[in-house]
Amino acid sequence: MRSAQPVGIAGYGAYVPRLRVRTSDISNAWRPRGAIAPAVAEKSVPGPDEDVVTMSIEAARTALDRAGTELERIGAVWVGTESKPYAVKPSATIVAEALGITPHVVAADMEFACKAGSEAMQAAVAFVGSGMVEAALAIGMDTAQSKPGDALEYTAGCGGAAYLFAAAEDALAVVEASVSHVTDTPDFFRREGAAYPEHGGRFTGEPSYFRHTRAASRRLLEDVGAGPEDFAHAVFHQPVPKFVEKVASELGFTPAQIDTGLVARRMGNAYAGSSLLGLAAVLDVARPGDRIFFCSYGSGAGSDAFAFRVTGRIEARRAGAAVADYLDRRQVVDGYGRYLQLRGKVRRG
Amino acid sequence: MDLARYHRLRSAYYRLEGQRCTSCQAVQFPARTTCRICRARTLEPHRLSGRGTVYSHAEVGPAPRGFASPYLVALVQLEEGLLLTAQLTDVDPEDVMIGLPVEMVTRRIQEHGAQGYLVYGYKFRPILPRRKAS
Repeated sequence: MRSAQPVGIAGYGAYVPRLRVRTSDISNAWRPRGAIAPAVAEKSVPGPDEDVVTMSIEAARTALDRAGTELERIGAVWVGTESKPYAVKPSATIVAEALGITPHVVAADMEFACKAGSEAMQAAVAFVGSGMVEAALAIGMDTAQSKPGDALEYTAGCGGAAYLFAAAEDALAVVEASVSHVTDTPDFFRREGAAYPEHGGRFTGEPSYFRHTRAASRRLLEDVGAGPEDFAHAVFHQPVPKFVEKVASELGFTPAQIDTGLVARRMGNAYAGSSLLGLAAVLDVARPGDRIFFCSYGSGAGSDAFAFRVTGRIEARRAGAAVADYLDRRQVVDGYGRYLQLRGKVRRG
Repeated sequence: MDLARYHRLRSAYYRLEGQRCTSCQAVQFPARTTCRICRARTLEPHRLSGRGTVYSHAEVGPAPRGFASPYLVALVQLEEGLLLTAQLTDVDPEDVMIGLPVEMVTRRIQEHGAQGYLVYGYKFRPILPRRKAS
């Protein structure tokens, strides 16, 4: 897909909370001694006063500061998440108010499991590319939920990123093209009123993550007439690092191409924020002229793939906190009990 | 906090919006009807920098209903010279000291029970350490 007028990213910002839980603490509570080590060593945990709204506000503030766009030119804001603080009440209006871009702005929350953030990116490209608005903000952010003792508890992390899309002539990275690939695949879901999502175990791999990321990626490469070797970096949705390593290698990307964007190794899976956060980590180091390959995945299921080309404006748009700054700022919580309390999995009786 | 009052104060709470007097240029927070210096009514909205230092601080043990306890509270001296009372976040009590440089973040302040509304507002945290630009 290509927009009527060329569009790009004018500013970006990331957020990862300060707290971490060691996955060995989770393992000690649930797994027999000598069980294999969890897929990541630690994962990010929100502080007691943090949620998708507060995290989105910080990432978006960085994005807006970097873009330098006048606030009245921003015509849309979407928050893609599967952990909204309110079941009914938009997060996007709180974020818009905190940024000072109300009231003439399109605002809503997007829902598509881990693809909600890239769904917001597709919408932002369309709104700007059609000329309906001058600039649109797309956010992917999550405080991922997981059942105590479940396989997901070892990786369900927190974080995300915000992207301000505007005309290509003001962009730090131009959108070359995008693809969306969806099918009805019941690999992961949460029913109304349920506290935690359910998933299909091994079913989340081949028929779900791999099938969709592969198909969307191949279609995008075809659309832009490029091969994996034409890209400096490739970013994928990151349920666990080995999923990314496998799909990247199948598509012909090298470990060096996926290294920078694979933030899950240090913080776990940020769900709707995962691939967007990986893209932010890549933009933190990308050079003018670099091409970036991006492919999200959301259960349900689908993938959005984007090809970006970095412009000469990138170096002037990196003020403020980088993804690495957030990953370096870390405080390990005192054991599994404190983690359960912070995530609201246990409450005072 | 009462819902109507929270709604009325959202610009101040979410983005630290105060006022600037167009007659004498004085900045004030929170908003009021007259300038605190020259008493003119020629006031326009003005967003504060959100940067400052800890002027004084204390730890609150048993917190009022709806607040997570314990929490840290501080008088923050803003770059603009104003002194503001706010909670500190993302910091351990032993790391707080007078003069600590802090920056404003918007966080959850209060929860009206598991079913009730959430109050968001400003808090301050130590300035996020940043790697040198590469």
